[in-house]
Order: sequence, then C-alpha cells, then structure tokens
Amino acid sequence: MRRAIDAYPSLFLVIGLLALWQIAFWLVGRNALLPPAETIAYLARLLQTARFWGHIAETGTAFVIALVIAVIAGLAIGLSLGMNRTAAEVFEPFLLAGNSVPKIALYPIVLLIFGIGMPAKIAFGAIHGVVPVAIFTLTACHNVSSILIRSAAAMRLTRWDTIRSVLLPAALPDIFSGIRIGFSLTLIGTILGEMFGSQRGLGYLLMTAIGLQNIEVIMSVTLLLVLVAATVNTLLLAQDRRLRDPGK
Amino acid sequence: MRVVLYRLLAVLLPVVVLEILCRDRIILPLTLPPPSLIVQGLWSLLKSGTFNSAILKTLTNVGLAIALAVTVGTAVGAALHRMPVLRALLEPLFSTYYAIPIYAFYPLFIIVFGLGDAPQVTIGFMLAVVSMIVSTLAGLDSVPSVLGKTARVLQLGPVATIRSVTLPYAAPYVFTGVKLAVAYAFIGVIGAEFIMSNTGLGYEIRFAYDNLDNNVMYPLILLILLIAVAVNMSLDHWERVLRARRERS
Repeated sequence: MRRAIDAYPSLFLVIGLLALWQIAFWLVGRNALLPPAETIAYLARLLQTARFWGHIAETGTAFVIALVIAVIAGLAIGLSLGMNRTAAEVFEPFLLAGNSVPKIALYPIVLLIFGIGMPAKIAFGAIHGVVPVAIFTLTACHNVSSILIRSAAAMRLTRWDTIRSVLLPAALPDIFSGIRIGFSLTLIGTILGEMFGSQRGLGYLLMTAIGLQNIEVIMSVTLLLVLVAATVNTLLLAQDRRLRDPGK
Repeated sequence: MRVVLYRLLAVLLPVVVLEILCRDRIILPLTLPPPSLIVQGLWSLLKSGTFNSAILKTLTNVGLAIALAVTVGTAVGAALHRMPVLRALLEPLFSTYYAIPIYAFYPLFIIVFGLGDAPQVTIGFMLAVVSMIVSTLAGLDSVPSVLGKTARVLQLGPVATIRSVTLPYAAPYVFTGVKLAVAYAFIGVIGAEFIMSNTGLGYEIRFAYDNLDNNVMYPLILLILLIAVAVNMSLDHWERVLRARRERS
C-alpha cells in the first residue's frame, strides 16, 4: 500500500476525494449535494449543449486575453524593477501589499471604469494575475548571479540583449513559477468578475444557479472548473520541476 | 531614508494627479470622486458609526477564520509530519490547492449552512488553512534531526521538546504561515460577503455599488485597503524582528 501511494499519490488522492464526496452526500442528503456519479453525468450532458459551450467560450476568451495581459505586464514590471535596485526597493512593498489586499473590493471601481461586459472581466482577471508574475520575475532577477550581469556588461551587451540572452534564460525557472501562479489567479479573477454585472460565462452561470438553488448546475460547473484548474496546474507544475532540474 | 521619501512620493503623486483630474471633471464624480472627498467621507462614516456593526461583523468573521485556520492548520501539519504515507497522499492536493477557485464552492456552502456567518467563515478558513499546514510542515522539516536527538539525550518530555526545541526552530516558518493565513482570511471573508450575504463590509460595498452610492462605496473600499495594508505591514515587521532575532542567536 505504502509503495503504491508513493508511486501514484494523485491517483489515490482522487479516489479518496471521490469517496469523501460520496460520504458527504450520504450525510447531508440530496437537498444540498449531488453524488459524484450523477454530477459527472450531468456535466457530460451539459457539455453536449451548444448553450453551455457558449458560456465556456466566453469565459475562455476573457481568461486567455487576461492571462496574456497579466504575463506581459507582469514581465515588464518585474524586469524593469529587477534591473534597477532603487526602483525595486521603492516599489516592492506595493507589489507585496497588492498580493494581500482583497481585490474583490476593487471590482466596483473596475466596473465603473470599463462598464459591464467583456473588458471588465478581462481587466479583473488581469489584475489578479499580474501581481504574482511581477513579484516572481522581480525575485528571479535578484537571484540571477551578479557575475552573469557583470560579464554581460563586460561584453558591452545592450540593455535589450542583456535581458534577452542573459537575464531571461537565467531567471526562467522562477518566472515560470510566477506564470503558473498567475494562471490560477487569473482564472479565479475572471470567474469572480463574471459573477457580477455579467450576462454570460461560467461565473454568471454559477451566480444564477445560486439564485435558483439549482444544485446540478452549481456542482457540475464547480467540478468543471476544479478539473480544468487542477489539470493545467499539474501539467505546469511538472514543466516547472523539469525547468528547475533539467537532468531529470 | 531616500527610499522612504520615494515611496511617499509614489503614493502622493498619483493621488495629487487624480485629485486634479477629478476637480477638473476630466474624471467624472460618477466614476471617481476626488480622493480628498473620499478621505473626508471615510472620516465622517467612521464618526457617525453607521457601519460600525458591518465593520465589527467582518472583523469578527475574519478573526474566527484566522483562529480556526491557525489551530487546525498547525495541528494537521504536526500530525502529517508524523504520518509520511498520508502526507505523500496529500502532497499533490497542497500543490494544486491554490489553483482551485475556492469561491466556486461558496454557493454549495450557502445551501448547506444557510445564509449566516458560517459560509463566509468557511471560505476564509479554507483559503487560509492550507498555507498554515504547508508552512508548519516546512517548519518541522527544517528542524535538524540532531536537535531531536539532543532533546532525547537530555531526556526532555514531548511537551518540553516542543517548547524548547521544535517551536523556537520552526517559528519563522510558522509565522510566515500565519501571515499568509491572515491575508487569505481577509480575502476569503470579504470576497464571500461581496458575492452573497446580508452583512459585513463586502456586502455594504456591493450594496452601495448597486445603488450607485459612490459617497459610501469609495470610503468603504479605502477602509478595506487601509485595514489590509496596515495588518500586512505590521505582520511583516514582526516577521523581520523574528528572523533577525533568530539570526543573532
């Protein structure tokens, strides 16, 4: 048993969670939960309807655009602070504070600026994602050995060439971790953004389902989100470990 | 010292620019009232005490979530440290946990617990507890095994070992866990209030937004930002003190 768990921890974890879910269903009953098998069946049926794919496409589009913005802006902020010690010292506390502030409190401001609809969702997703990307990039730049930077200076590389052929490759593993976390937070931000002032998307579906006490929809959408988030994160984590440990 | 000055400038400059833009009506008051009016609004809201019960409710729920997350997280972390099989099983859960949109579970909690304080506290607790477990595990891993052996040679009992060996050594890690737990508890509780509830600061902001009441909404947003930043800064300070003390010894 011990060896089996060590070899395939995720598999046993999934089995354990499904078992817990089934037990919870037996405890609280049909009014509050749906058993795993029925939820999967309901999700499969939802996935055959064009309406549901419309919501997925809406959330997916907003998410992808938000992620692109978050990664580009995060890299730009992280690199520009990383190349300048004073700027980093001045602005780092703001970045760290940005991580601990409940950003949902800012959503009304986003809505007032962008109006209701796609741009607001994208902006809110990007706000969530940009902070970790920037923080990890900044830390990554500081962790790059100063010998590398000095050799770049000795070879008279331009600023852009230094970034491209020294800083980025050396800092890549840390930056990748930042993008992995940014991915998750952007997804959370986009879904949250859809829960208010939105007419389409998975977050909107969740919100209307609460109003209607529609447990089937709540549970299958939640399951879908968890599955997507967990799968992508597991893949990114594997890539993350490969980058850190190229020998393996 | 210069850094502090720059930081002050980095805060004040945008505020002054916003103030001018708002006063000149380039930004309409329907989007953003002038910052000076927001501060004034916050002051009068606090003085009149209209939102005292909402503030108290949010802080109580955040406090409950923190207390639960810290006790449960430390206990589970310590227990898992002694159960390597279970730990190996849960490790993939911990590494993907923060990728999962926990808020998506909020509707379920409302249906299970009803619309009281329980769903909000649960969300705050769920966001906070895992960082506490992971930090406790990291802290316990960091204790060199030679210290455990020394404790045994000195015939310390389990309580004495924890008090004079494990805790002091693992303290900085555990404290990082507490810091994260506090931030997550705030994010979880206020987010949950915002999504759906009938009390608390998050709810009041939502309510003010729905009624286009900028004179209430912006001061309350400022209040949340101030509380979050102040708590975070003081925890940062304590963390630095703790680490400095450890490096000295």
